[in-house]
Amino acid sequence: MAATAYYLTRLRNLFAVVMLSGVYSLFAAALYMVLDAVDVAFTEAAVGAGISTVLMLGTLSMTTDKEKVRKKPPLTALILVFMTGGVLVYGTFDMPRYGDPNAPIHQHVANRFIERSGEEVGPPNIVTSVLASYRGYDTLGETAVVFTAAVGVLIIIGRSKDRSMPNAKAVRRREEDDDITHEPSAKEKEDASS
Amino acid sequence: MSWEVVTDLLGLLNYWVVIILMMAGFYVVIAQDNLVKKIVGLNIFQVSVFVFYISMGKVSDGTAPILEEGIEVYSNPLPHVLILTAIVVGVATTALALALVVRINHSYGSIEEDEIQVIEHDEEEIA
Repeated sequence: MAATAYYLTRLRNLFAVVMLSGVYSLFAAALYMVLDAVDVAFTEAAVGAGISTVLMLGTLSMTTDKEKVRKKPPLTALILVFMTGGVLVYGTFDMPRYGDPNAPIHQHVANRFIERSGEEVGPPNIVTSVLASYRGYDTLGETAVVFTAAVGVLIIIGRSKDRSMPNAKAVRRREEDDDITHEPSAKEKEDASS
Repeated sequence: MSWEVVTDLLGLLNYWVVIILMMAGFYVVIAQDNLVKKIVGLNIFQVSVFVFYISMGKVSDGTAPILEEGIEVYSNPLPHVLILTAIVVGVATTALALALVVRINHSYGSIEEDEIQVIEHDEEEIA
């Protein structure tokens, strides 16, 4: 995964960059699987590796897939990144160790969810119970954000009157599909955009 | 350095992986001029935060948080819920950012930040 990230910073061909970011998402999904987060794993595989790759490919087809070659490597940025990383590593020394059952995160409300959600809400999957019932307002807010983003996309590129802008219609359709995170159409959209 | 110290520090490895990924994304965002690549960098950064949350929710010898007879230890379901929401929101914001890139390319004919700045500067000179 780190190797994928490294090559993402080096590559010049944007098409390869987008494909590699899909691979990166898929690695992340596998990692979530190992860390017991099955729901997150398949959402990441479908949405992160699927839909966002398609969206980026659509963008590339409307712009360009070649990045300009630059001469000097940005040394200031590199130094800044390493300094920030060093500070963050220093910050981890006080963190609870991996898998520690006594970590503060496990002492709060999560235990109650695990003990009671079966009888209070019903479904055996605790993540579903919390998502739809205990933290239902979060999910409502999430749909509001996705709706706002879809409206924003429509305002920015959907209603362009002049025909010089390529594929304006195709983009609109793609964003509407994204709104309901509708997975199976991802393949046909890819066919359409290529 | 004794063996206990080494195993103790190995417990922090997940955070260090997160930090490496996060810094890779950060570097792409601040050092590259191409706008699409900046968005990919933001995605890398975002996924590193997701991994951070999920790895904090893991309990040793625990299983996925799905109720089952005879299982006592579950991983923490709360971070899973938060990240589930965050992934979908992340794709929505990515779509918005990509729409902006398409629009910028339409107006300026370029998706390189430095070229766009040159064009803007020239337009100010004329005006």
